[in-house]
Amino acid sequence: MPGAQGGIDFLLEPYRVLDLTDERGLLAGKILADMGADVLQVEPLGGSPARNVGPFHGDDPQPEKSLFWWAYAANKRSITLNLEQKDGQELLKKLVAKADFLIESFSPGYLEGLGLGYEKLAEINPKLVMVSITPFGQDGPYSNYQATDIVGMALGGFMYLTGDDDRAPVRISFPHFYLHGGAAGATAAMLAHTYRVTSGQGQYVDVSCQQAVAKTLAHAPQIWDIEGAILKRQGVYRQTSGENRVRINWPCKDGYVNYMVQGGTVAYSTRALLDWMKEDKFDTADLDAIDWEKMGYGAITPELMAQLGGPLGDFFKGHTRAELVQGSLDRRILLFPVATPSALQGHPQLEARGYFKEIEHPELGETVQYPGAFIKSGDGRDIAGVYRRPPLIGEHNVQVYQEEMGLSSSELETLKRSGVI
Amino acid sequence: MTAQQETNQTPGPGKPLDGVNVLDFCWVAVGPMTTKYLGEYGATVVRVESVKRPGTLRNAAPFRDGISGINRSGYFASYNANKMGITVDMRHPRARELMLRMAKWAHLVTENFTPGTMESWELGFDQLKEVNPGLVMFSTSMMGRGGPMERQPGFGPVLSSLVGLTNLTGWPDRDPVNPYGAYTDFIVPRFAVAAILAGLDRSRRTGEGVHIDMSQLETTLHFSAPVLLDYAVNNREQARAGNRDPGAAPHGAYLCSGNDRWLAIGCFSDQHWEGLQRTIAPDGKGWPYNPDFATLLSRKANEDELDHLLTDWTSSWEVGALMETLQSAGVPAGMVNDCRDLFEDAQLQHRGHFQWLDHPEIGPYATDTSEMVLSLSPGSLDTPAPLLGEHNSHVLKDLIGLTDEEYKSLEEDGVLE
Repeated sequence: MPGAQGGIDFLLEPYRVLDLTDERGLLAGKILADMGADVLQVEPLGGSPARNVGPFHGDDPQPEKSLFWWAYAANKRSITLNLEQKDGQELLKKLVAKADFLIESFSPGYLEGLGLGYEKLAEINPKLVMVSITPFGQDGPYSNYQATDIVGMALGGFMYLTGDDDRAPVRISFPHFYLHGGAAGATAAMLAHTYRVTSGQGQYVDVSCQQAVAKTLAHAPQIWDIEGAILKRQGVYRQTSGENRVRINWPCKDGYVNYMVQGGTVAYSTRALLDWMKEDKFDTADLDAIDWEKMGYGAITPELMAQLGGPLGDFFKGHTRAELVQGSLDRRILLFPVATPSALQGHPQLEARGYFKEIEHPELGETVQYPGAFIKSGDGRDIAGVYRRPPLIGEHNVQVYQEEMGLSSSELETLKRSGVI
Repeated sequence: MTAQQETNQTPGPGKPLDGVNVLDFCWVAVGPMTTKYLGEYGATVVRVESVKRPGTLRNAAPFRDGISGINRSGYFASYNANKMGITVDMRHPRARELMLRMAKWAHLVTENFTPGTMESWELGFDQLKEVNPGLVMFSTSMMGRGGPMERQPGFGPVLSSLVGLTNLTGWPDRDPVNPYGAYTDFIVPRFAVAAILAGLDRSRRTGEGVHIDMSQLETTLHFSAPVLLDYAVNNREQARAGNRDPGAAPHGAYLCSGNDRWLAIGCFSDQHWEGLQRTIAPDGKGWPYNPDFATLLSRKANEDELDHLLTDWTSSWEVGALMETLQSAGVPAGMVNDCRDLFEDAQLQHRGHFQWLDHPEIGPYATDTSEMVLSLSPGSLDTPAPLLGEHNSHVLKDLIGLTDEEYKSLEEDGVLE
């Protein structure tokens, strides 16, 4: 079991997860694995299709070198299993008998077609929590639609609100549609688990990635419901209400920073910036006179924004990103750099908290820096984290099938030769 | 009567978090979205607010009929359904004692203040644990506790930039743009709920509480982990690419008829492309059959021209009709839904994504339900967001058992403000 590894005081150590997902659901099991669950990635022969997703180590497109796979399969163990053969189905059922969770991301109906739907698996293990992650859910008018990241980000309402207003809506260049569904899969698994703890019963959970994306839209749906207004994408601006918008993204001397003028409970940030501008000999008398403290969110009018834009833009252009970031930290101004990966590697806060973890890849003779735990204990102890490099294809077949399930070596050989593992 | 006793009287299978009591100090969006899931799935969530310093969202548009008011924000109302609200002046000398009584009642305390705020009220985890050893406390902040930037104040819209997502969004020939809204605020809660429930699970098993500290920066980086690895091992800095994708062509949002209507299309395989070819030119003739577009590699090489020709074709189509037509030909295609479309989207309607609650000041308002359906113990949103201080009496008398005299004395002393 993984618990003893890395000196981490895990939260979910007693539990086993069968992870049948591909690139559309890997994150769900990763979240549980990071909290200490024993996650068995069940891969088809030849490896998960997620291993074909780039970028690749050294730009060498091989299944053991997919950085997408590395990111979302670290901490997991891997077994191969051909679910389309009878022996494969029997092995899965044996695994289900001893598992707490099963997570899958096949097209709706695929597992039922193999006799491996929830009803059948629950007969073997009534306490099983089974989570399905699909683009739109198990049924309904879109349930058999072809979905890719851009299709999902569009139908979830994200794209209409993102991008420049004189061009097509954009997605995020790194795909997020399935990650939202994957993260929701972990939430769903834990909700059903909590019910199991008190009731003794397992259940089936149906997650929709489209809904998960639609939940990222803040109050935009409420603005339609309550005001009858449709928010539009605003490029470097952000529409806050009706015609009102504030600029978020500002060019500085050597890149970009984010700063959003706000009043109300964060009026102190606006006041502090105006004070800094005065040090630079900007005349801010008109802006100082505004009652920022009484200004609600979404109350900055186009006129006020136009009045602010000139002096703020000039001020930012007069400083480097590093100067603006440090000065804002000192003055409690809500300003942030538009970071690139290199800035994150040496980020002082991430370094101080020991976020990145060195994980050894012995096959490559390299040590690789991985993003670390998404939670810590309040006193700084590790209660989750990355501690094991992503598995090679079927790396744990012998460990799981032979040592844990008691298959003989000749049975394993038979299964190998018949294309089951 | 305790929440557990109330639960036992409720008929039906119940919800996963029936009997779980949450003392909720969360404010703005990331915290309230987290505790909304908990309330939706049965927890008794009591939000602590302040009359003197009401949270940002209570003053946030939209407002029904354009009339603002402390109980009229649709933004607040959406993220605080299924919760109760009490008001406490945390700087009052008697507030601490009252909150310790609440902490005894609670299984979970949640907060998303700047680190050190709870400690400044002498309500840090060490102090709460003295009255309730099994307590789970969840703290989330922009940067996490400790470290040189722990007190960096902040909120979601700009965290997208700090985490590197803004750098990955927009057109290569233009300034980068932020992903819409306080985007990271809506990534973090799913990790948060999973972690909270894992903490409650361990507390149940061991009797020992835990303080969970979540840095929103560190959590959100898991949404770009392969990009970070690409830098770590290949020294490559990925940047924004508009709507292009290395594995597909055509791939983008294509203009349709009407005002600002777009259809997202992504052809990753020959089958996808052949479906598109057949739909554009069923007779097997014309530009889709040009050898320049015969293979994925050739389509990638001639992608500008392909986008141009495809747009000429899509721009005469009604977007919904084209989505259905292409999907029936096996082509990945999806409408770029605006917020009105979301309410009319056949699949979201099928899922019951939006639900209407009746609020005493706002009237009926829409809020979104969770993206998961639990077969045996589904969630539900049953009560609108609390008015400011609406549940002072119910929570303090009925849930934690203050006497009428104790309650009156708190009121008279100005603690409940």
